[in-house]
Formats: sequence, C-alpha cells, structure tokens
Amino acid sequence: MKYVILIHSNPAAWDALTEAQKVEVGRRHLALTDDLAASGELIVTEALADPSMTRHVMVRDGRTVAGDGPFAEVKEHLAGFYLVDCDSMDRALSHAARLAPYGEIEVRPVMDLRAVLDV
Amino acid sequence: MSSAHQTCEPARVEELLRTLAPAVLGVLVRRYGDFGTCEDAVQEALLAAAVQWPAEGVPANPPGWLVKVAARRWTELWRNETARRRREEAAALLAPPEPAPAPASDDTLTLLMLCCHPSLTPASQVALTLRAVGGLSTAEIARALLVPPATAAQRISRAKQTIRASGATFRMPPPDERSTRMAAVTEVLYLIFNEGYTASSGSALHRVELTAEAVRLTRQLHALLPRDGEVAGLLALMLLTDARRPARVGPDGALVPLADQDRSRWDAAAVAEGVALISRTLARGPVGPYQLQAAIAAVHDEAPRAEDTDWPQILTLYDLLDAVAPGPMVTLNRVVAVAMVHGSLAGLRHLAAAEADPALADHHRLHAVRAHLLDLAGDHEAARAHYELAARRTLNLPEQRYLRLRAARAGHPPEAGTGR
Repeated sequence: MKYVILIHSNPAAWDALTEAQKVEVGRRHLALTDDLAASGELIVTEALADPSMTRHVMVRDGRTVAGDGPFAEVKEHLAGFYLVDCDSMDRALSHAARLAPYGEIEVRPVMDLRAVLDV
Repeated sequence: MSSAHQTCEPARVEELLRTLAPAVLGVLVRRYGDFGTCEDAVQEALLAAAVQWPAEGVPANPPGWLVKVAARRWTELWRNETARRRREEAAALLAPPEPAPAPASDDTLTLLMLCCHPSLTPASQVALTLRAVGGLSTAEIARALLVPPATAAQRISRAKQTIRASGATFRMPPPDERSTRMAAVTEVLYLIFNEGYTASSGSALHRVELTAEAVRLTRQLHALLPRDGEVAGLLALMLLTDARRPARVGPDGALVPLADQDRSRWDAAAVAEGVALISRTLARGPVGPYQLQAAIAAVHDEAPRAEDTDWPQILTLYDLLDAVAPGPMVTLNRVVAVAMVHGSLAGLRHLAAAEADPALADHHRLHAVRAHLLDLAGDHEAARAHYELAARRTLNLPEQRYLRLRAARAGHPPEAGTGR
C-alpha cells in the first residue's frame, strides 16, 4: 500500500525554532530517508523550496498564465513529502511520527489507479 | 558450446528460463552455500541466456548451460567480494567442490520456504519469491508491483541480508516447523495472486501478469505436494477466481460485480479444472481455509445465472470458514450470505454485530454491504448515504466509480447490460 506523508510548515513556527532544533529537524529527515531506503519502503522524498517561489498556473481567455496567484498570504505551506510503500497505515504512521515533533504531518493513502492505467 | 541450436522466440525462452530458475539456483546454493551471492549469479546467467538463446539457439542442455555460466559468475562475484575484504588467502582454499546434483523438485520447495522465511516482511517475501523462484528480473518485479526499480532492488537485497543474518540455510525446515512455513508459502502465493488480481484488468504489454505467475508457482507446488489439501485448495481458488477475469471489468474500465457479470465470458476450462480439483480435494480431507474458499468460489462459478446461486450452501461454507479461520472479510461475506438466505433485515442485524470489530468498523466494504442491504430493504435514502460513504473510503478508482453509480441508482433495480 502506498501512502504519502505530507509535511506542512508554518514560517512563524519555523522561525521560532533554535538553530539546534533546525539542525535536529534536518537530522530526523535524513535518518528517516535512510531507514526507508534501507527497508525498501521509500519511493521518493523531496523537500520543497520556499513558498515565495511558488507560481500558480491559470488559463485566462484560452491563454495559460503563471503568476503569484491569488493566495499571497498563506500561513501553512507544504514543505516536503515522502511517498512510501508500506504494509499498513499503522506502519506509515509510525514513520510519520518520527517527524511529528516539528510541523504538521499528514498521512494519506494513495488511490490505486492500476486497473485504470491498464485498460 | 555445441548444441541443438534451434532458434526460439524470446517468449518461449523466457518461459523456459523461468521454469529452470529455481533448479539452477538450488544447484548453486547447494554447491556454494551463500544464498545471496548465488541468487545474483543465477540472475546474471538468466539475463545472459535471455539475450543469447533467442539469437544463437537454445543449448542442448539448458540447465547445464545456466549452472555453468552462473557458477562462473559466482566465482567472479565471490572473488570481487573477497578482494574487497582483503581475504585473498581464503580464496585459495575455496576450490569449488563438484556438485552432487539433487532432484530439482526438492529445490523448488526448499527455495520457497527460504523466500518465505518468518524474519522477512510480506513485501520482501513477495519480491524475493518472484525473483528467486519465479525467475523474474528486478525490473520486471518493480513494474509488476508498481514501485521504482531501486525500491524493488533494495527490498530484494535487504531480504537476502535478513536471511543471512537469521542464519537460515538452504535446507528443508525441520518437520515440526514445516506446516507453519507451508502456511507462509501459500500466503505469499495468495498475496502475489491478489496483487495481480486487484491490479490488472487487461494484459498490458511488458507487464508481467502476477496472477498468471502466482498460478504457475502454485501449480508447481501442487505438482510437488499433490497430497497437500491446502495447496490444492489454493490452486483451485486461484483458477476459479481468475476464470471470471474476462467478465470482471467492462470495456470502459468499470467494475462489474459478480451478480452482473456476463457468465458466458468466464473461462470455462479454468472453471472446470478448479471445480474438479476442489471436489477431489474436499473428498480427501482434512479441510482448511483455502479449500473452503475454493468451494465457495466453485458454488458461485457453477451457477449458470446469479439467481441460480446456491446461497444456503454458501452460507454453510462460510459458517465452516468462520469456525476454521475467522477474519473480518469472512465475517462480512458471511453477512451477505445470511442476507441472501434469510433476507436483508437479518443481514443488517448481523452487520450491526460485525461492526464491533475495529478492523471492519470504518471499512468501505462494510459500508457498501450495508448500503446494498438497506437498498434491498427499501430504505433508499440511507442506502445512498452509505454507498457515498463507501465510495469515499475505497482506494480503488473503478470501485469508487461503481459505488457512486450505485448511490445514484439506489432504489432502482440495476438495468440489465449496464456497466459492461
């Protein structure tokens, strides 16, 4: 079963962390990534760039335009994600729990599209 | 290599290689002992054969060729490893002893037991079985399981490390462990089958059909252990389930439930084989969970139309299954049988009791069954709500579409020919 672990962050909370705590967050991510790769459960993980780099894509009058979008002021943003393949939701949650002390962690099962892809 | 040199299509070569793989691996592990390295060497020999045989012809003695190439490769791998570890002096001591070839049949069984070692996770057992016994490449396994090749490769190498660390050897487990290990083997084969069955509807090119692979491996196992009732039951269950595949998904990818399937599209030969096998096996006893599930599948498959289904017999079989191997899905399927025999209200009462099981409490199938029973009982509003609830809970898109369709149609009997 595939699960996505989404890490939501909030700039104010992040800025409130001490340098040592920020290093600790990085360490936790590296350790989790290593362990997931070693166990054969990791599919992909990425950290996302600062939300100020976000571009929103819209179609206006048939033309595609990219811009800063209508959501300039957002408190929470997606900071990164893991896509894992685990035996159970509980197992995915136990991985996610290792990140939980810092940030808002969301775990969602992934839809199974294989039957559709095969047709 | 002098040989018969008959050219052979790649597909035939693939098939031949996968049949030979466990025996070749068996010879190597018997000779050199280290399962992990031997498995790598056999993989490389299989790859070499897959490239050379279609072009240059199949050698006169295919297993001999593979053993020779794999042994050569093993020596190289072993030398590399020892060199890396600066243990050259030990290498001199290792003049490969000539093998005492053992019967290949034993090897397949021993291999299966090793790949389903209790120290491995189910995901690793599946990957390792597909590679070591099924003879699939890592890339094929990755495609079949829809994970990146790196993930599949890591799962396999991790599984080998775990086996090495556990101290397990290439030997049949002692008699007192055998039945537990056989249960693990049948479970892995069933897992492989289900992975393929839920996943695929068509025969997509370049994708190994996991259901076909599971059937092939279970057939092999059944040939080795013809008197094992549960292996026979598992094979019958697979045949009887897979027989419905042509009718299971409509041309638009929509799921067609058992009751609405066009039964003329079922694979009659597979049904006949499955029914004959399970009838023979049940007569011999003792009866286990796979045999009971196969018997239930046989009752369904033998009904010419859905309304001809012998539900009282199915209910009896579920009662037995519930006693032998209770589980959330058995409970739920039994509720459906209760409703078919004693009416939807009786079914709903049983469902309320089933909900006490936390594994079922919020399961999409529970909501779908409740919706169906409510619909039959005439409470269409509630049926709609529960179909919607079920649709939101499933992870399978065709199933979601089907449940939404049922929600929209609650209160109307399904029209003949829809969804095909």
